[in-house]
Amino acid sequence: MTEYGVVLFYTTSSAMRAEKLLTKKGYTVKLVPVPRQFSSDCGIALRFDWHHHEQVRSELDKAHVEMDAIHHL
Amino acid sequence: MIYLDSAATSWPKPPEVLKAMVDVLERAGGNPGRSGHRLSIEAARVVYDAREDISRFFNISDPTRIIFTSNGTQAINIVLKGLLKPGDRVVTSSMEHNAVMRPLRSLEEQGLVLDIVPCAPDGSIDVNDVARALNSTTRLVVINNASNVAGTIFPVAEVASMAHRAGAMLLVDAAQTAGVLSIDMQAFGIDFLAFTGHKGLQGPPGIGGLIIGDHVDTSQVEPLIRGGTGSQSEIEEQPEYLPDKFESGTPNIVGIAGLRAGINWIMDRGIETIREQEKELTGALIDGLSDIAGVQIYGTRDPENTVAIVSITVTGRRVSEIGFKLDEEHGILTRVGLHCAPAAHKTIGTFPEGTVRLAPGVFTTPNEIKEAVRAVEKVVGS
Repeated sequence: MTEYGVVLFYTTSSAMRAEKLLTKKGYTVKLVPVPRQFSSDCGIALRFDWHHHEQVRSELDKAHVEMDAIHHL
Repeated sequence: MIYLDSAATSWPKPPEVLKAMVDVLERAGGNPGRSGHRLSIEAARVVYDAREDISRFFNISDPTRIIFTSNGTQAINIVLKGLLKPGDRVVTSSMEHNAVMRPLRSLEEQGLVLDIVPCAPDGSIDVNDVARALNSTTRLVVINNASNVAGTIFPVAEVASMAHRAGAMLLVDAAQTAGVLSIDMQAFGIDFLAFTGHKGLQGPPGIGGLIIGDHVDTSQVEPLIRGGTGSQSEIEEQPEYLPDKFESGTPNIVGIAGLRAGINWIMDRGIETIREQEKELTGALIDGLSDIAGVQIYGTRDPENTVAIVSITVTGRRVSEIGFKLDEEHGILTRVGLHCAPAAHKTIGTFPEGTVRLAPGVFTTPNEIKEAVRAVEKVVGS
């Protein structure tokens, strides 16, 4: 079973931007409602394969996508 | 029927625009950024893709600095009411539309100081007059990119560098130029650009936007309205993040989808091609009308310095009669009167009667211009 992580964002626009950017880089990601155990500023989170969490963080940092937090599910 | 009222709203729209609007309701009918289910996410994608295309079109790097509004007027109001404080000075021109003049006059009553640069009777502005009007307490310069009455194009980039040298910012009203003239926010040095979607950008009415320059500190601008954004739902104060700070309430996703399709249609066709075509039509219209006795043409009469707007009056005749006869007897649709810009009419000398305004668009043909000229000739001679 895949281990997932989620990126939380401040705005929907950042979530959209992250999805576009990571998909283009070849990562399998999915926009999902924010799991209720996390508090988030925006209603959508980006789910990704936790094995890639370091790369995901670095790609988003590099592109200056504003992130609230990254959590392991 | 010949439609020569594109300065009021462009018509017809490219079929791609209509298709995109139907498609978004069929396929992506959720509320963007609110619910997180697939239709909501799809709607958010439509909105975000539009931000990206618009930021590319006007050359800014951060798509979150595209603020969707319902029209250009709302975008102008966000900046004027959100940025200016009593005691601030604003430099503007005597060719502005009421979208600019009315909020400024209202702020003037609350202590704003207005410096209105007088323009020439042909509608043009002398940048030296702008320089003279600026001083160290000028907070903002507000000018149109082209006049909705005379079509005269203003040297926006020059005004931007003058404003910046004086420590002021620049708001440009691009209602008559977005989609027709190439506008580069970064190269021109524009701090705020207000645009409407339903004119040159080929979108539907009810959608417009404010573009905030990449370097502008938005903490100094208060939002015009506050409310739900889908973000920070646990907090009862407005978020500071862009675009949410300035975008409360459910956005017009149908309008946004149509606007995006319009912009993509322009990018496919090439804005230079559109501009060349409009220059030719405007030149032909000015030439044709110049030969008719009794017709006065306003503006610079030079298609290089004007957008596709030609304002005329006829000696001894009411503009309303000319406009009515053009419509009733020849099927030619124009706009008559003051075009919501009393200051501009005072400048060019057509207040309070106004003008007959003929404004071709991207779908106007050279033959239609010839027919329109013939019709004006007949109406004038009748």
